[in-house]
Amino acid sequence: MTGLGAWLVEPFVEFAFMRRALAAVAALALGAGPLGVFLVLRRMSLVGDATAHAVLPGAAVGFLVAGPTLVAMGTGGFLAALLVALAAGVVARRTVLREDASFAAFYLIALALGVLLVSLRGSQVDLMHLLFGTILAVDDAGLLLVATVATLTVAVLAVCYRPLVVETLDPGFLRLHGGGGGWHLLFVALLVANLVAAFQVLGTLMAVGLMMLPAAAARLWRLGLGATLALAAGFALAAGGAGLLISFHRDLPSGPTIVLAAGFLYLASLLAAPLLGPEGRLRLRHREA
Amino acid sequence: MTGSAVRGVDLTLCYGERAAVHHLDFEWPAGTLTAIVGPNGAGKSTLLNALAGLLAPRTGRLEVDAELARSVAYLPQQSALSADVPVTVEDLVALGAWSRTGPFGAVGTHESAAVREALRRVGLHGFERRLLATLSAGQRQRALFARVLLEDARLILLDEPFNAVDARTTADLLQVLKDWHAERRTVVAVLHDLELVRESFPDALLLARGGVAAGPPAEVLTAGNLRRARALAEAWVDDAAWCLREGR
Repeated sequence: MTGLGAWLVEPFVEFAFMRRALAAVAALALGAGPLGVFLVLRRMSLVGDATAHAVLPGAAVGFLVAGPTLVAMGTGGFLAALLVALAAGVVARRTVLREDASFAAFYLIALALGVLLVSLRGSQVDLMHLLFGTILAVDDAGLLLVATVATLTVAVLAVCYRPLVVETLDPGFLRLHGGGGGWHLLFVALLVANLVAAFQVLGTLMAVGLMMLPAAAARLWRLGLGATLALAAGFALAAGGAGLLISFHRDLPSGPTIVLAAGFLYLASLLAAPLLGPEGRLRLRHREA
Repeated sequence: MTGSAVRGVDLTLCYGERAAVHHLDFEWPAGTLTAIVGPNGAGKSTLLNALAGLLAPRTGRLEVDAELARSVAYLPQQSALSADVPVTVEDLVALGAWSRTGPFGAVGTHESAAVREALRRVGLHGFERRLLATLSAGQRQRALFARVLLEDARLILLDEPFNAVDARTTADLLQVLKDWHAERRTVVAVLHDLELVRESFPDALLLARGGVAAGPPAEVLTAGNLRRARALAEAWVDDAAWCLREGR
């Protein structure tokens, strides 16, 4: 195999760690991409970012108590992120602070606390792994976690699609017909689970990258909700695959390269969507008429 | 209940510790068409939220006939709707069948036909596949009315249904509202347009945190009552503690 084909395929054929990384990033993309669309539509992008940072202190506590095990760090991260997501929401509702300020406050505290906790017992390498992830070293347990979270996410989105859409579109309607708070809690739990899974792969600083950037890029195309969800998953998959290949061939750190690939798709959509999306096609028809 | 479909007795509604509606008494028989009017911040939407069961009384009683309480439709202010969520008009209107489909049920052929019929009635025939974000404010309000039509409710609550819509849309939607009244549904609408209330509503409640007057609009919307309502709203101290009515 030569040329482009070899560039695209050989790293995955030759190296098991690249196949595992591809599987992890693909699973992450399928769950986190569509979930990111809901996050964007609910104007909760900053919430996603803050919650991702909140995984760190929880994972650090798990690390301090039980060492670098997936169960301890994953459980700690999940609980800490859930706590921050709910607490910041309560602060925003009960005080004069708006949601952006309360989430910014919580995420700064969480990040500083997490770095401090890791530095108590860990080395610089541990800290870098937690901050930027270890996608090329993802083990069986990590892969299983990411795949389980992705499966759960896709299943919940499929089954609970209608109430989740209604809660985004018209939360008052759902409250009137019972259970608005429950659906929101389910959504937050899914968000946190995906961020914990992404944390294993991309680290606390980049975890939200594969969730937000593909979703924001997909929204720019002004499609219906179903198509936007599919496009976000597609963009996340493409960014994951491209980022892995570029990082492999250019010897670059994988996590940031994947997020930059998603960033490229976002910038490309910013430029192309107005020309090729529904508005652009309409403009073209007017010009031809 | 004593023959009335909806009754408030010494009703106080609070957000946290702040009273939004204070010691309100009112009574509406079944099948009435009532406008709630009053200055900004008078507690009109708060009362509607309580009628919808979204806010519990702090003191006093809010009694809604059991049959009506089981069948409530609520049209929110347009600002409560995230219109940029890329769903179709059909998706929005089909929510009106929620009490029949539940959160997980599919919208069947019968409901789809009902959606098309509701859209035809509000003048949005052919808009089924349009994205909500591409509609004007008036068209969005028509779509929300179509959703209420599909809900087929006995108690219909409308929060500022004619805000930011043009005269033609107002006239069309007012006709839908009159049809509901003719069908003996109990309809309560929060409104700002006093002329519209005088012309089209048999009953009105003038609110200014507490009740100022209730009855036929000609008796309620007098210059004296409106002046009193404005004065009460302006004099209201938000931080004041809510209190029990004297003698209770």
